[in-house]
Formats: sequence, C-alpha cells, structure tokens
Amino acid sequence: MQLTDKLKQTLDYEELSNCMRCGFCQPACPTFRETGYEAASPRGRIALMKAVADGLMEPDQDFLDQMSLCLGCRACEPVCPAGVHYGQLLEQTREAIAETVRHPWWVRMIRSIVFTHLLPHQHRLYRAGRLLRFYQRSGLQKLVRRFKLLKLLPAHLREMEAILPEGNGTPLTEAVGTFVPAEGERRGRVGMFRGCIMDVMFHDTNVNTVKLLARAGYDVVIPPEQTCCGALHAHSGERPQARELAKRNIRAFQAAEVDYIASNAGGCGALLQEYDMLLEDDREWREAAGWFASRVRDISELLLDAGGVTPLAPIQRRITYQGSCHLRNGMHVTTQPQRLLQAIPGAEYVPLFEADRCCGSAGIYNLVQPQMAGRLLQEKMEHVSRTKADILATSNPGCLLQMKAGIHRAGLEGRMTAVHLVDLLAEACREKE
Amino acid sequence: MRMLASQAKTELKALLGEAYCLDKPEALVAYSYDATPMQQALPDLVAMPKDTQEVSEVMKIASRYKIPVITRGAGTNLCAGTVPVTGGIVLVLNRMNRILELDEQNLTLTVQPGVRTKDIHAYVEEKGLFYPPDPSSMTVSTIGGNIALGSGGLRGLKYGTTKDYVLGLEAVLPNGEIIRTGGKLMKDVAGYDLTKLLVGSEGTLAIITEATLKLIPKPAVQRVMLAMFADLTAAAKTVSEIIANRIIPATLEFIDQGTIRVVEAFKLIGLPTDMAAILVIGQDGEQEAVERDMAKIAEICRQNQAVQTRLAHSDAEAEEVMTARRSALAALSRLRPTTILEDATVPRAQVAPMIEAIQHIAEKYRVQICTFGHAGDGNLHPTCMTDARDHAEVERVEQAFEEIFAKAIELGGTITGEHGVGIVKAPYLEWKLGRAGIELMKNIKRAFDPDNLLNPGKMFAKETRKRVVIDRAADR
Ligand SMILES: Cc1cc2nc3c(=O)[nH]c(=O)nc-3n(C[C@H](O)[C@H](O)[C@H](O)COP(=O)(O)OP(=O)(O)OC[C@H]3O[C@@H](n4cnc5c(N)ncnc54)[C@H](O)[C@@H]3O)c2cc1C
Ligand code: SF4
Ligand code: SF4
Repeated sequence: MQLTDKLKQTLDYEELSNCMRCGFCQPACPTFRETGYEAASPRGRIALMKAVADGLMEPDQDFLDQMSLCLGCRACEPVCPAGVHYGQLLEQTREAIAETVRHPWWVRMIRSIVFTHLLPHQHRLYRAGRLLRFYQRSGLQKLVRRFKLLKLLPAHLREMEAILPEGNGTPLTEAVGTFVPAEGERRGRVGMFRGCIMDVMFHDTNVNTVKLLARAGYDVVIPPEQTCCGALHAHSGERPQARELAKRNIRAFQAAEVDYIASNAGGCGALLQEYDMLLEDDREWREAAGWFASRVRDISELLLDAGGVTPLAPIQRRITYQGSCHLRNGMHVTTQPQRLLQAIPGAEYVPLFEADRCCGSAGIYNLVQPQMAGRLLQEKMEHVSRTKADILATSNPGCLLQMKAGIHRAGLEGRMTAVHLVDLLAEACREKE
Repeated sequence: MRMLASQAKTELKALLGEAYCLDKPEALVAYSYDATPMQQALPDLVAMPKDTQEVSEVMKIASRYKIPVITRGAGTNLCAGTVPVTGGIVLVLNRMNRILELDEQNLTLTVQPGVRTKDIHAYVEEKGLFYPPDPSSMTVSTIGGNIALGSGGLRGLKYGTTKDYVLGLEAVLPNGEIIRTGGKLMKDVAGYDLTKLLVGSEGTLAIITEATLKLIPKPAVQRVMLAMFADLTAAAKTVSEIIANRIIPATLEFIDQGTIRVVEAFKLIGLPTDMAAILVIGQDGEQEAVERDMAKIAEICRQNQAVQTRLAHSDAEAEEVMTARRSALAALSRLRPTTILEDATVPRAQVAPMIEAIQHIAEKYRVQICTFGHAGDGNLHPTCMTDARDHAEVERVEQAFEEIFAKAIELGGTITGEHGVGIVKAPYLEWKLGRAGIELMKNIKRAFDPDNLLNPGKMFAKETRKRVVIDRAADR
C-alpha cells in the first residue's frame, strides 16, 4: 500500500482536528527551539499529518525527515490545553511509515537487530550481555581500542561503546528468585517489570529496585515469562510487534495476581501504562489491557506512597536530577523523584535548569539522529555543569546512558557521576546497614 | 507555481540563502495557517529575513514583481491575519528576535519584532521593571504580532493594552523604504502620529522591524482572588459594581460554568465546577493599598451575591489561576472538533446585558456558546464549540455571531476588542465604521501601499454583510 493511503488509514482524524493551532506547545518543543521552524514544531507536525490526510500534500522525503526529527519526548502533551495526544498521532504516523518506506541501510540494520532479533528474546539479550561482559573484561575492549578498530563506526556509535555499563548475563530471577517477601508491615503485592535491556545492562539497578520495594513493605513477584515492553517498537512504528509483546506481559502479570506493576524506567513505564490505548481496538484484550495499565506505577511513586525510603545513611554530596521525558509526560510523574532525592540526609539538592527538557536520548534517537541529539545534549550539559553537582541522578536507562555520554563529552569525568535514582537510594540504604 | 515569477524566486534565494527561502511543500503547509479555525491557504514561498536590511530588500523585489507579502510573527492570531489567501510570500520574522537595548534612564526597551512577549516580561522584570501587556498567548506570541494587532491582555483594565506602550517604531514600507516613527519620547506632536497608526495595522501598511517600548516600575506586590457566583448575571453586575466603586483592579476576568469545567479538566487546581460563573480579580501595587483594595472588592462581591471569595495564598497559586484562565480558549476546543471564538466588546457598564444577550442568542440558534473574557474591559470572548463538517450547524453559528456583533454595536461596543479584523471580521467592519470611515481607511491603505502588496484580502472585505435585525423579544 502507498504511504498516503496507509496514513489515511492509521491516523486518527478526530485527534488531528482537536489541535486548534494555538501554538502553546511550541516553547516546550526541543526541535522547534533549535530550529525556529514551524514544520519542526508539534503544531507544524500535526498540520503536516493533517495536510497529508486532507490530500493537501504528499508524504515526501521532507515529511519523513520531519517525522524522524521529532524526539517523541511528548513535552508537547502536558502543555496542550486542548489535550491533543500527540504521542499517539506520532506513533500512528510512524507505523504507516514503517510499513511502507525503506530506511537507509544502517538505520534498517539497527532497527532489525534491535526490534526483531534482540528485544523480544530475553535469552539472547542475556547472551549478548555475557558477550559484552567478556568483551569488556577479557582485555578485548582494550585491544580493540588500542588498534583503533572502532574507527570503523560513526563517531556517535563509537562514543556509545565507551560509556556502555558493564554487561551482565545473569537474569534478575536468578539473582533474587521470583518472589521476595515484604519486610515489616505488608503494603501490597508488586509485580516487578524488569525490562529487557534494563535487566542486562542495568542488572544491579533491577536488583536494587526489588530490594527497595521489599524494604518499603511490598511483596515482590518477578514473573519470569514477562518480556520487553514494546516501547521502542511502538515509538518507531512497529506497533503490531508492540501489541504482541504487550499481550505476553499482560498474561504474565495477570497470572501473578499483582496489585501494582513496578517500573524503574520511564520509557517502559509510559508505554506499559498505555497498553489500554495500544490494544484499544482489540476486543479480546481490551479489558485485560485496562487491568494492566491501571496498575503500572513508577518505583518513585511506590516508594513515596510507602513514606519514602528510611533509614538512609547521609550522602554528603551535591545532587541534581534530570527527568525522564516519558516518566513526566507519559506517566505524569512530576515531582516524586526530586522528593526522594531531597529526603536524603546530608545531601544538597540543586534543581537543574530545564530538567524537564529532553536530553536527546529518546529511545534510539541518539543513534539515528546524532546531530540533533548532539545539540540537545550539549545544551543540557551546559546547564548540568552549572549546577556543580557531584551526582546527576536520572530515572530511565536511556537517559542515564545519554548523561554518561554527556559527562564524557563535556570532560566532566571524575567530577561528576550519573546514576539511576534507585541505585543512589539503595547505596544509602546499604551503608546505613 | 501560481504567481511567483521564477526570476523573483531566484533573486530572493540569492538574497536570503536557500535555507531561509523555502518553497518545498512542507514549508508551504507549515506557513499556511494561524490559530484561526477553518482558514488555510498555501503561500508560494516562505522567506525568513535576518535583519531590517533583508526585509527591505525582500520588499524591493516583491514590489518590482508585484508579489503579495504576508508578515508573520508566531501565527497565533485569531482573525486569519497571516493566512496567505492570495498566495505570495509569507515573511517570517522570528529570526529577528534580539532584545536590542534596555535604557534604564528613559525606562524604554528596544526590541526586534520576533522577540516573544514572555521573554520581554522575564527580561525587564529581572531588572525590577514592568511591561504590562500580557495577551494569553504571550508564551508564544511575538511583540511584532502584538503591535500589529494592538493586543490586550489580562492586565488591560488598569494598564491599558499594547498601544499604550509603543513609543517608537522602525518599519519597512512596501517599496522597501525604511521609516522611523516616534522615539524614546513621552511627548511628540511632530506631524501625524504614525506610531499609533501602525499599531493595529495588521501588517497591511508596513512591516515593523524594530520597536521601542515604554516600561514602568514593577509593582511591589500582586494578589489574586477568585469570586464565585451561583448566578451569571450577579457575576456580570459585580464587574460594573467594582468599577463604579472607583476601584481599578489590574485584572478582572469573567469565566462562565462551561469554561470553568474544561479549564479545570486541563489543570486540576480546584476551580468550583458547580458555579454559574467566577470572577478572577487581581490587584497590584504597594502592599497596603493592595490589601485595602482586595478587602473592599471581596466586600462588593459578597454584597452582589458571591457565594464565596478565595484569595490565592502565594504567588505560585496566583500564577496557577492566571495560567488556567489563559488556557480557557484552547481548553474549550476539547469539547467539539471546531472552536470559534469571538471578541465582542462593550462599554464596561454593559457587560451584564451583553452576557445575557449572548445566552439568549445561543439558545435561539441552538448552538453551544461558552463565555469568558476580560470583563473589566468589557471585552468578552463568546466561544462556540461546533463541527466544521456540519454545514447546517455552522450556518447557525454564523447567524448567532452576527447577532452578537449587532448587539455589541447596539450597546455602544465594537466587533473586535483585541483580536483584529483580518479576514474573519472584514465583512462586518463597516458596521462599526460606517461607509465614510471605511473609505478613509482605504485611502490610508492606498497612500502606504498603492499596489496592495501587504497582506491583501485582509481588513477590507469585497462585500459588507447585511446588517442583521435584532430580535427584540429575545433580549428584553
Ligand atoms: C489561545 C490564544 C489566546 C489569545 N489571547 C489573546 C489575548 O488575551 N489578547 C489578545 O489581544 N490576543 C490574544 N490572542 C491572539 C494573538 O495571540 C495575538 O493577537 C498576538 O498578538 C499575535 O501575535 P503573533 O506573533 O502570533 O502574530 P501573528 O499571528 O503572526 O500575526 C498577527 C498579525 O500581525 C501581522 N504582523 C505580525 N508581525 C508583524 C510585523 N513585525 N510587522 C507588521 N505586521 C506584523 C500579521 O500580518 C498578522 O496580520 C490569543 C490567541 C490564542 C491562540
Ligand atoms: S498546544 Fe495543542 S492545540 Fe495548541 S497547537 Fe499545540 S497541539 Fe495544537
Ligand atoms: S514529541 Fe518532543 S520533539 Fe516531538 S513535537 Fe512533541 S515536543 Fe517536539
């Protein structure tokens, strides 16, 4: 099918018409601020989508470029008084594009490896994790670097190699089992969403999440049948694949009979919470998706509901926080992470100017749109460096990697470290013990 | 290519550079609209000059080839002022966004036209100064757009509107010549007041490329209060009462129930959704005077059957209320696919009869109209939620609005208080001005722009609408 027809089919025309073109979303949009170009703003992109649906314009190469330049950060949503679900419109557009348009070879390669061959197969991810660990520990990495073999890669991919955390091939369920009982008074039963990449690259963060939850009074179940959330798929136009993954997750967590589903990655959590919209047209799954979506919580919400994390050893450091876009704009979790940080004894919390602005990570955006991502990261690091913080906390693995890359690029290594909020809290907890 | 000679295009591209002179479909679509519902037309070219000189050169080329030029700031106007109905060049000024000079001796600020209104506020307030005009769109709108439309805002009642703060302008005429009007002067009667003439000229006379604005000292404190009413008319009467009591609040906004509900749905700040109307009342100045005024206003509200009055306890809370009010229009658009907002303005004392009339007219034509607005200025925004695809309904909406305009004029008011004429009010302009007034304005237009290049199709309609006769039975 042609892209034009496909777009007419996938785009929700009512939603397009809900945009009254007030422009209130523009100041929030990173790509508009960088370019000042109407077409690179949320209002402009919606107008382009509508123009295609109305037959006023063909979805030409400029159209495709504009849709991929969008970070999908959804900063345009909470500020839209008309309540336009921009994220949905973008996914619908990308779905149509993914089904009908060929990307350049290297983008195709990244997409196929990531979406089809890696993410949906947790055991392959663990294997990859073990490989990575081997690469990093065996001296191979040193060798590769010494012989400058990485020169073969584009600069931004080379940089990613440098900041990758240590891989881990041990599944969370092997480390802590599939059930960890609550300590103290019981507050409820939480299903731990371990994430796909999260469990390999950020294994310790997952272990720490489970511990914090148990300590806060939650029974934690980790259903081993769960899989990737499908967020990267959905944001990149692979909605059908995302739907299949969603069904597997719903099944796994329903069987575990949980009260809440805990996420420690804003990018995953936002999609998990929107499974109801993802499966809206699926009669068979609609109700179960609603059940699932209504139970999803970010770890920071669950911890705050339990009165925060106590007791904590003091951390005599300056701490700042860069928000996760999808945590804020998708899950509407706005102040909870900061409140947890502010409660750490001894720590001095300094707010980061424009902490609500995308860092440029945006899923795999920094891999496929290195230029714009680089500009945003540079701006971000200027603000970060002004905080003079020792610790830069985030609440999403993609953001964490991007912040590490930023610290590396800005030459702030040794002066500042980027950590996941959960790891920081867990460390303070451990030290107290 | 509809009307732009390829030679002209080549010259413009050479002048501005390929990156700032666009004719790809994406760009044409992106600059085909503004915030006006149901209005869209593609230009032939989008030009983004970086300074006055480039604007002047563009105009020289445009006038040589007789190409229409539509100046655009942020495209947030509500009168289709930037919709290129005749094709031509959309001249986007948002690259000219520098603040040029703050003169703390003369209390003036000189800016380029593409500076955002909100950025002006932030800049001067940091220095303890104040630029009062604050259209609800200020986080997006440009000062050039504000000036070209003479925009008002929530502080208009006490401080006036944009027109009261423009001291001097630099502008490019259609033939490319650059003029300067006014200056850092509080008094100036040398010749006709061209500054005032360009304010509100909607991009039809000249292109504003620089503006010198008047600043005042920043008031020491600001307070905001909500007054809630179970009866619409009581709320409207309170507005006139407050002013009759010789109190001029900085802000005196009216929000009816329909509007309260959608605004509350957008921002949960605890607005009372069961009230028929609320007034948002703000005062600023010296602490003592402000407290005194607020107490007196609360008293007047109670005397006029306010169910409750509530004072915002912090600046943050006050700002929240004001932000919620500013989102009223866009939030209303949640209700139905198409939202049409009007701008009828009456003398302050006539606010109550006008609000009543709007209600009757909405009922008569079976259309859904919510009303909010700068009640203290007599400037109301009856807003109609409809669906552009339902032609029968849209026709009734048009009839309803015509009757609202007619009523406003009958009450001594005008068809637009701050949103401008553009395309959408053009057919009604004569109702307000009369034939002689229109002719005079057309002559002014000809003197500036003999070839009708600047924003053609705006302000003056080909035909004036037949004046509707108001059904007297409906408005008692
Ligand atoms: C939600 C919402 C709320 C609003 N609230 C208010 C309000 O409270 N008060 C109010 O008054 N208006 C309001 N408006 C209308 C609008 O925002 C204002 O009129 C604003 O001043 C337009 O600024 P702009 O930069 O978007 O101008 P544009 O829309 O780009 O242009 C407006 C007009 O000015 C002309 N123009 C622009 N720049 C120049 C220039 N440099 N030289 C010559 N001509 C120029 C254009 O040709 C056009 O005719 C609102 C609009 C929206 C969408
Ligand atoms: S804020 Fe919402 S309604 Fe306004 S232009 Fe942006 S998307 Fe459209
Ligand atoms: S998702 Fe982010 S980048 Fe995309 S239009 Fe919205 S604000 Fe802009």
